[in-house]
Amino acid sequence: MPVQIAVDGRNLNAFLSGEIDHHTAPALRERIDRAIVENKPQVLRLYFSAVSFMDSSGVGLVMGRYKQAAAFGGETEVFDLKPPAERIMKLSGLTRIVRFRKTPVTAQQAGGKHYGKNQ
Amino acid sequence: MEKINEFRMTVWAKSINEGFCRAAVAAFAAQCDPTVEEIGDIKTAVSEAVTNCIVHAYKEGDGRIYLSFQLFADGRCRITVRDTGCGIEDVKKAREPLFTTMGGDRSGLGFSVMETFSDKVRVRSRVGKGTTVILEKVLRGKRP
Repeated sequence: MPVQIAVDGRNLNAFLSGEIDHHTAPALRERIDRAIVENKPQVLRLYFSAVSFMDSSGVGLVMGRYKQAAAFGGETEVFDLKPPAERIMKLSGLTRIVRFRKTPVTAQQAGGKHYGKNQ
Repeated sequence: MEKINEFRMTVWAKSINEGFCRAAVAAFAAQCDPTVEEIGDIKTAVSEAVTNCIVHAYKEGDGRIYLSFQLFADGRCRITVRDTGCGIEDVKKAREPLFTTMGGDRSGLGFSVMETFSDKVRVRSRVGKGTTVILEKVLRGKRP
């Protein structure tokens, strides 16, 4: 599964990897939604640094998860989008409701240890 | 301008072929020595066009997608994505950002993304006959 989930207190961190398109998005959606329902996070953090390709399906993925997290009173943050993915997100107007951030390099290295662990 | 190369392929309208179509156009475009950014742009535009065939033209059912890639001496690419599905009633409306006939997680950004990542997008459609999307982009590449 190209998403690793790590729970950190009231935060739910989802590390996405590989290509996000209409074919791969449903499995990602189901996995993240299940974790949202189980954990009811205060903050849902979606990490994109290992995503090699994304089309507009990525917008649907973030928008849908934003709504799902909001249903439990949670906020959504999106980390480390590459420039083309950021361009697509900006087209959608999602930048008005979701916070887009960059992980500081040292934190990225620390975050990297979640890969391959926690399911 | 002189056409210097071309490929054509037909794939079944299955979502697993979205990645295959992207990889095929990227591999063919490589002969122009494009930048990483240019390759990403055409992959993104093609991904949207192919997804539209699967989701809208054939409504996730059986069908075929006809993809062709024409390359010109000045680095211009013309990528054609054609289906024989349901067609689009109102092309102008379909091209509006955030317009979608589908609910769920569809963002309604397919044509906007194609326009953003290509130089020119043309759409011809006839209800009941199918749709042809033509994406044009100049690959300037690493040429001086």
